[in-house]
Amino acid sequence: MFSAETLQKFAREVAKYPADQKQSASMACLAHAQEEKGWLAPESIEAVANYLGMPPIAAYEVASFYNMYDLKPVGKYKITVCTNLPCALSGGYHAGEYLQHKLGVGYGETTPDGKFTLKEGECMGACGDAPVFIVNNRSMCSHMHPEQIDKLLEECK
Amino acid sequence: MLEIEIDGKKAQVPDGSTVMDAAQQVGVYIPHFCYHKKLSIAANCRMCLVQVEKAPKPLPACATPVTNGMKVFTHSELAVKAQKGVMEFLLINHPLDCPICDQGGECQLQDMSVGYGPMKSRYTEEKHVVFHKSVGPLISMEEMSRCIHCTRCVRFGQEIGGIMELGMANRNMHSEIMTFVGRTVDSELSGNMIDLCPVGALTSKPFRYTARSWELQRRKSVSPHDSVGANLVVQVKHDNVMRVLPRENEEVNECWISDKERFSYQALNSDERLTKPMVKQGGEWKEVDWNVALDYVAHGLKDVCREHGGDALAALAAQSSTVEELFLLGKVMKGLGSGNIDFRPRQNDFSSDSKRAGTPWLGMRLAEIKDLDGALVVGSFLRKDHPLIAQRLRQAAKKFTKVSLLSVTGDDQLINLHARMTVAPAQLAAALAAVVKAVAEIKGVAVPAGVENATVCETSKKIAQSLVDGEKRAVFLGNVATQSADATQLHALALEIGKLTGAIVGFLGEGANTLGAHVSGALPSGANAHQMFEQPRKAYVLMGVEPEFDCANPQLVLDALNQASLVVYMSAFKHAPALAYADVMLPIAPYTETSGTFVNTEGRIQTFNGVVKARGDARPGWKLLRVLGNVLNLDGFAYTSSEEIRDEVLGKGAEFVGGLSNELSGVAISLPTITANGLQRIADVPINFADPMARRAPSLQQTADAVAPTARISEQTMAQIGIADNGQVRVKQGAGETVLVAKADNNVPAGCVRVSAAHASTAMLGDMFGSISVERA
Amino acid sequence: MAMLGSINGVLMEGLDGDNSWSLKDYVARGGYAQLKRILDSKMTQEDVISEVKKSVLRGRGGAGFPTGLKWSFMPRSFPGDKYVVCNTDEGEPGTFKDRDIMRYNPHAVIEGMAIAAYAMGANRGYNYVHGEVWLEYKRFEEALDQARAAGFIGQNILGSGFNFELFAHHGYGAYICGEETALLESIEGKKGQPRFKPPFPASFGLYGKPTTINNTETFASIPFILKMGGEEFLNLGKPNNGGTKLFSVSGHVNRPGNYEIPLGTPFATLLEMCGGMRGGRKLKAVIPGGSSAPVMPADVIMDCTMDYDSISKGGSMLGSGAVIVMDETVCMVKALDRLSFFYHEESCGQCTPCREGTAWMYKVVHRIENGLGKPEDLDLLNSVLGNIAGRTICALGDAAAFPVQSFIKHFGKEFEYHIEHKTCLVPKDVQWAGSGFHKIPA
Repeated sequence: MFSAETLQKFAREVAKYPADQKQSASMACLAHAQEEKGWLAPESIEAVANYLGMPPIAAYEVASFYNMYDLKPVGKYKITVCTNLPCALSGGYHAGEYLQHKLGVGYGETTPDGKFTLKEGECMGACGDAPVFIVNNRSMCSHMHPEQIDKLLEECK
Repeated sequence: MLEIEIDGKKAQVPDGSTVMDAAQQVGVYIPHFCYHKKLSIAANCRMCLVQVEKAPKPLPACATPVTNGMKVFTHSELAVKAQKGVMEFLLINHPLDCPICDQGGECQLQDMSVGYGPMKSRYTEEKHVVFHKSVGPLISMEEMSRCIHCTRCVRFGQEIGGIMELGMANRNMHSEIMTFVGRTVDSELSGNMIDLCPVGALTSKPFRYTARSWELQRRKSVSPHDSVGANLVVQVKHDNVMRVLPRENEEVNECWISDKERFSYQALNSDERLTKPMVKQGGEWKEVDWNVALDYVAHGLKDVCREHGGDALAALAAQSSTVEELFLLGKVMKGLGSGNIDFRPRQNDFSSDSKRAGTPWLGMRLAEIKDLDGALVVGSFLRKDHPLIAQRLRQAAKKFTKVSLLSVTGDDQLINLHARMTVAPAQLAAALAAVVKAVAEIKGVAVPAGVENATVCETSKKIAQSLVDGEKRAVFLGNVATQSADATQLHALALEIGKLTGAIVGFLGEGANTLGAHVSGALPSGANAHQMFEQPRKAYVLMGVEPEFDCANPQLVLDALNQASLVVYMSAFKHAPALAYADVMLPIAPYTETSGTFVNTEGRIQTFNGVVKARGDARPGWKLLRVLGNVLNLDGFAYTSSEEIRDEVLGKGAEFVGGLSNELSGVAISLPTITANGLQRIADVPINFADPMARRAPSLQQTADAVAPTARISEQTMAQIGIADNGQVRVKQGAGETVLVAKADNNVPAGCVRVSAAHASTAMLGDMFGSISVERA
Repeated sequence: MAMLGSINGVLMEGLDGDNSWSLKDYVARGGYAQLKRILDSKMTQEDVISEVKKSVLRGRGGAGFPTGLKWSFMPRSFPGDKYVVCNTDEGEPGTFKDRDIMRYNPHAVIEGMAIAAYAMGANRGYNYVHGEVWLEYKRFEEALDQARAAGFIGQNILGSGFNFELFAHHGYGAYICGEETALLESIEGKKGQPRFKPPFPASFGLYGKPTTINNTETFASIPFILKMGGEEFLNLGKPNNGGTKLFSVSGHVNRPGNYEIPLGTPFATLLEMCGGMRGGRKLKAVIPGGSSAPVMPADVIMDCTMDYDSISKGGSMLGSGAVIVMDETVCMVKALDRLSFFYHEESCGQCTPCREGTAWMYKVVHRIENGLGKPEDLDLLNSVLGNIAGRTICALGDAAAFPVQSFIKHFGKEFEYHIEHKTCLVPKDVQWAGSGFHKIPA
């Protein structure tokens, strides 16, 4: 189901917790599973649950509770825009609108070529750098004014 | 003890009590949804908010620990305002269409909204809609918009059922109860979630929209389905059983019943009911009047006795027969001069029959299971054979009880087991002997005679230690142990442990009235349940037994029945195979249509009344047998009520039967020599095929517990005999054979094949634990 | 961005180098000296706690509970595992200080946690890092590796016999996990649903074991308190409000960012440090402690000093020290609309008043914002929020209620105008003019 590299990451996460608390690694393992597969299909969630010895529904509870997990396929680049108030005060709304205009899709949508998925996010803890995006849950982009947005989209090959 | 005052009522409560506990003690009702005394505290519904003196905010009674001198107000302005606020929130997204809701009339939300709800909703926004789910044949989740997210169902699975099948996915107002991507709910206790659901979100699929709760009459009854004797409420409309619910009895079933007990009632209303006496004449079945049928039976039986003597006659009864039925059947047989009567169709080894000191039983009360420090269950498909005892052990294991299992498959019992050994049926005695030896070694006493050569392993030592440590310990013998060819040896070995450690020895009990049968004169003085078929008789009386499914070796039994000149078949159902070998079919009333008594495995005498009129011409078994006794001109059949019979058998007013003992005398330990000779069959009795009612309940037949039997073999054994996973195999025992799908299952010990009993596809096979051959089909 | 300014800075001083986060730089700044001193001198647990008590360090996560007192609740002699947990699940809108601490001074957090573990007899710890920050999580993991290799965490630390294993746990997008018991559930690999208290984490915490949870900034302050002494740290601030504190300033100021200032510094001074209002516009309102704190009108905040007591007196909370500055171009209805959406979205869904009530409030506010308000809506909102606040398992219910309550209280006219005229009081063409979008920061 998962690559040797991903399984190695699983093992590393499990090792952080007491031996009888493997479930603690569920969040990290689901994240690594998503990283490998692009999104969390039910089979992936079940495989993680089995790996950790927890009921599949308990893993599903986790996967559906935290909003950085994608339970449906997303584009190659998932761009999450913070539009919470502190960011909005410094251009968060505008940056989102600009991005929507450039990509021709709204929040929660994926471009027809499958390249970009746009999401509206909640506070990322970087309000001083507004507008802020996160690409693929990992890379935080600060001060996303038009020029930077153009540059980002160009870099996303 | 802590002192608390609730609404001016003073009480002393134990340390650790919550305000809710205290309120119940003083008789103050605090509204609640998520709180349930058997489940962990969630404190999520917030309905039980009350005012506590000096607390700035209202506090949830269910989760607030009592402190000494606490003053609580459940009806103060602050409390009522909080409760009303919560009620409003619960209702804003809940459909306000009680008249078309299946739960209407028995809905806690509906009831409480009368007391705490506003007359008119202030909520004018769009209501949230939750998509329906399909989770199997028993629980309906068609109307999940009604869910109030109390999570009782989720907690039930995690805590009582032992398996988390439902969860609350998502978050915020999008939270919803579901299974993992469209899976079914398969727990054998799942129906309890319907009871726990305070609203119309989880409802009974077979029952829903067939009646309104206020049309139903609630009648007390007792479950005929297993040895616990769960107390039931049977709900009735127009002489039809519409629904079966648990009746709370902390001592017996607490507030739970198994799905088999809950949904088997469907069989009562089925077309397969036998509603008229029938006689076979010239190969044709004819419906006849009772007097004709009974005349026929009386003459037939008398003729056989006259021509061949009483020993040519045998009777076999189901363990779900009542004390009254069994007693009168025994009396009829005795009157005809036959001692060939038995109620143990699955038993193999009867060698303890003359050696028992008393009636075998659990050895303790069910409610005492929770106090055990250690428990060893020997030979049991525990969860499926005894769902409620398994539940008790599951709870005990969570606290301090070290529960171990020595059995013939590695099935997950959903119990946090201390240790487990899984061995072939033929190895059970040797494995138990190892525990005996280990116990002796730990205690530093002489190893009992006969077990010197047992091989002690780490696991047997671990189990032994758990039976030595602590105050109260027990060894329980399950159905497999009772049905084993080495049943008496297993019994004796368990007693050795008891002798060495002071542990209690008990039987989990095969049927609803196993103990009752023991004390009602249904034990053989002549041929037992094996002998009566091994040496075929001329005439048989079968009461409530379906030989194809209920016997240790159906082949043997069917051969005997087929050659008999008279087979009297007493049943609530027109059992199709019986039409071939029976000569008379007498419709007897099932437990809902007769009065009667069951004695459960702890010796508790439970009498019940019929809750509906008998269907068609069906009659209570005891009345039929009384008339038969009279037609046969036998003495002592002048009973006017079932109570009269019960009082004669069990004594008037008795709560528990006397004469209980699991001691044996004159049994020497002698371990069976094991000849590794081919494959051995392991036959479980799947829970939803376990009795004639369950077999005929359509909903139960659609569950995961009712899938057709397969030949389950470990991967290792499969490789050895050259069988492929999922391949078709021909399975043979004696003259019987059948084709099944082979399934790799490493829970089955090496050298064994698990082929369930009690199913049409395996009924032609032989001994449940006999040798068996498997080849590619 | 690191520190944009400080007065008597402590936590974030000397972090200008490229590798300020490395073990080498930290040690060069005097890092791990306090841990070493405590272990070498066999300082008693009581003495460590007493030093922290003296500093009157109040929890920097938002609740402001005295740290030393919290530590003293831990049953130190309880046998078996005990845990210290760091809360870096920084998701309170407006707050971004912990991210900078993790980015530039992670070893201060590690040292602080090790000292805390020593003081409370804990043997294991986790740092729960906000899901959205990945770089800082990875950097913290690297810092852990460095610290482990150098013997500052792990078994037999610095030959003292003291053991403390520390790991990082990465969140994955749930504001509620900033609530300490939700955070514990999350570490246990479950949904982040807060637990009912009592029992409190000190007696029944992670995996049911005694646990103390502190904020990142709180832990990071510990080595400095031990270095300078509790009293001196206290004196940096004002009585009952010890030390310096990081303030994350966002919104309509010229230089949004983190500022470390002594507690008790006037708001006006902080505003000045941030370069004043963007475009010279007029200050309208400030949320002084993260979005859960009640909003304060300009005239009220301008009279306040930045400390727990003064802000509380002004009718709000210092919270996490996240100062959200709004100018006159902000439509307060639209602002509340966004905040209400946030609380509704982030409600864990567990308890009734929050799950149902936050959604209800959002729907009503959203309706008003979209010109569908009704005259009775403001009373309804006040009633609904009253039924949420104080009725929920955790503080998210209160946090969702306070903004609605305070926005209506202080800016009710804008709401009434919206309901009556179906549009904003602040003209559409000037709205959000202060956002600075299209301008590239220098």
